[in-house]
Amino acid sequence: MPNLMSGARMLVECLVREGVECIFGYPGGVTLPVYDVFYDHPIRHVLVRHEENAAFAASGYARATGRVGVCCATSGPGSTNLVTGLVDALMDSVPLVALTGQVSTKAIGSDAFQEADTFGITRSCTKHNYLVKNLKDLPAIVHEAFYIASTGRPGPVLIDLPKDILQGQGHYAPVSSIHLPGYKVVTEGHTGQIRRAAQMIWEAERPLVYAGGGIVSSGAHEELRELVELLDAPAVLTLMGLGCLPGDHPNFLSMPGMHGSYAANMSMTHADLLIALGVRFDDRVTGRLSAFAPHAKVIHVDIDPVEIGKNRAADLPIVGDAKRVLRKLLRILHETVAERERKAAARQAWWRQIRAWQKEHPLLPAFSDREIKPQHLMVEIDRLTRGEAIITADVGQHQMWAAQFIRFKRPRHWLCSGGLGAMGFGLPAAMGAQFACPDKLVVAIVGDGGFQMSIPELATIVANRLPVKVVICNNGYLGMVRQWQNLFFNNRLCAVAMEGFPDVEKLGAAYGIPARIVQRPSELATALETALAEPGPYILDVRVSPEENVYPMVPAGAALNEMVLGPPQPVPVPK
Amino acid sequence: MLQVISLLVENKPGALMRITGVLSARGYNIESLTVARTLDPTLSRMTIVVDVDPALRRQVIKQMNRLVNVLQASDLTEERAVAREMVLLRVRAPLESRTAILKEAEIFSARVVDSSVEGFVLEASGDPEKLDEFIDVMRAYGEIEVTRSGIVAVSLESRRLRLSPPVPTRAEREDAGSRLMDVPSS
Ligand SMILES: Cc1ncc(C[n+]2csc(CCOP(=O)(O)OP(=O)(O)O)c2C)c(N)n1
Ligand SMILES: [Mg+2]
Repeated sequence: MPNLMSGARMLVECLVREGVECIFGYPGGVTLPVYDVFYDHPIRHVLVRHEENAAFAASGYARATGRVGVCCATSGPGSTNLVTGLVDALMDSVPLVALTGQVSTKAIGSDAFQEADTFGITRSCTKHNYLVKNLKDLPAIVHEAFYIASTGRPGPVLIDLPKDILQGQGHYAPVSSIHLPGYKVVTEGHTGQIRRAAQMIWEAERPLVYAGGGIVSSGAHEELRELVELLDAPAVLTLMGLGCLPGDHPNFLSMPGMHGSYAANMSMTHADLLIALGVRFDDRVTGRLSAFAPHAKVIHVDIDPVEIGKNRAADLPIVGDAKRVLRKLLRILHETVAERERKAAARQAWWRQIRAWQKEHPLLPAFSDREIKPQHLMVEIDRLTRGEAIITADVGQHQMWAAQFIRFKRPRHWLCSGGLGAMGFGLPAAMGAQFACPDKLVVAIVGDGGFQMSIPELATIVANRLPVKVVICNNGYLGMVRQWQNLFFNNRLCAVAMEGFPDVEKLGAAYGIPARIVQRPSELATALETALAEPGPYILDVRVSPEENVYPMVPAGAALNEMVLGPPQPVPVPK
Repeated sequence: MLQVISLLVENKPGALMRITGVLSARGYNIESLTVARTLDPTLSRMTIVVDVDPALRRQVIKQMNRLVNVLQASDLTEERAVAREMVLLRVRAPLESRTAILKEAEIFSARVVDSSVEGFVLEASGDPEKLDEFIDVMRAYGEIEVTRSGIVAVSLESRRLRLSPPVPTRAEREDAGSRLMDVPSS
């Protein structure tokens, strides 16, 4: 006879069967039955200070490992607080399972205390969501949720759990199989298409590999590197793909797009073939779509058919898992490697052109001996972490400088909110990553604006003895917004000065976290060394030049080759 | 031209909302939507008529096919398909036009489902454009009130339904893995 138990216990049993070790959450009235199970259960519940941060921490955990991150919130305000984190995970294809409490099934729809239509609200914020109406459905739903979250194009799945379901008693029989007839995941790419791709690749004179987050999700970084080296092709990585090739790889042209390198954007514009792998032709990458890569044919590999042809028509679509597709492609390319010589001369010319672009406008950090340039800060972090640390960023200028100047060696070491651009992500994501990788150095690079969205989580860091290093790139402004007001609104700065920023040394003392303010360039290196060497957490408030702008910049609506390379007079690049 | 989408969906809560969500997220207005059970009571067949920008039609179909509860979404707009609709029409008319109304109804193969001193309720079905004509004609006889069912459509092309087979849960896969490892290697 199967065991008689509460819905809450059944839920936790299923979580254990999914290999869950750690849940980020915040309790409330209707989730009490679950917390009563947590009370003496080995599964680890991490109490955060705001539900949004539970979702971000779960996301950091998932992004750092590829495993499903789990967060938990109560009904009503608890679940609405999760929403930003869910959308962030949806946009960046992060596997997440969110558990939310709900009022009793009989009370649903009656405006009961702390009732919100979570199922309705989160419909468009999730890959899929559930409202459990019968206890007997619970085990299957939990396993489906994990399966959906982690397969195909990963994403967040939410399970809304009414209180009577959690409290109800039922016989638990473990579920052994998942039946989702309509959930189609195509992992094997079409062999004929892959053959044609190989042909197109050998015929190209100016190929460019354009790879992104899909390479991270499918763990295809080694295959990617092999491809790039076999073809000796230039490669760009999107913000979400950084680390899939080592940052110092000679074929790597840095990030393309709005704040991409000159060489990356010029290569995009002049390529005759884009080998697009796990990317979605996001507007921050393409600039004005009608002028994007005008000479290129496109091979587009993605596991999500919806992405193919969404923004840019693909000349050769391949639906499949990037790793499997690349393996097949590599096999064919190896078999036909003699073809490589056909376009050798053209490809050498292509490289000469690219090297000339790199020389013409290299991506160089700014330095000063009077003030700390934010780029200087990123170069120092790069020097001291050598691509070994997990680095999270918040959203804004510091995020772009970090992406430009920190050279990541491996995937899952650069975690940031890319698609949604959600401020307040960096610090809680670093907590999640640190839980997932306790022995790793985890550094959160945050702006002075974003940091103030996350201050309450310093308590979570202390309570859990997380050795997270918080580096504030403090320019005294909502810098990215100030930059746009500066460039596009005649410098009419409005609502961007971060007056009232706290004394971080005192703030740290209040929480019991060592903290320091650095202002002089000459002190930066040692201050960072001390911070990173600290066995526990540390907050370093780095006062950087307030008025620095991020360059190059492709203004909104401009083409990639119309980038503005720097101050003072924006000069468009000749075509 | 309007897009006609036919869907086979699991009869699950929220499924309808997810499907219409694909359209409402882009601000499209749905012209008609019908849904009813199939032979298999766990499944529903849905026909949606919607004004979608032609360049985005494929995209919309792909987005619907991506939904977990959708077994198949297909675009019937440009393929061989039959579309039918039903209308229930109440016409209030003076006694002297009754015979004429009945004659007219016969031409459109409409049936009388209710008759009173005030007039008739007529039921007609068929091609949606034919029904437009029917409604126009009836308008001439007096005050009318119309309830249309929305289009139901069926493709005349056979399309293979590809369903995903069941998969083992993670725990089951791991158990199987460890059982395999227990087998002594020869
Ligand atoms: C939740 C949220 N609100 C508003 C924005 C708009 N926004 C983008 S960047 C930015 C400024 C961030 O300032 P700060 O954290 O100091 O970073 P900086 O740009 O100065 O490096 C703002 C307000 C956002 N991305 N997210
Ligand atoms: Mg700032």
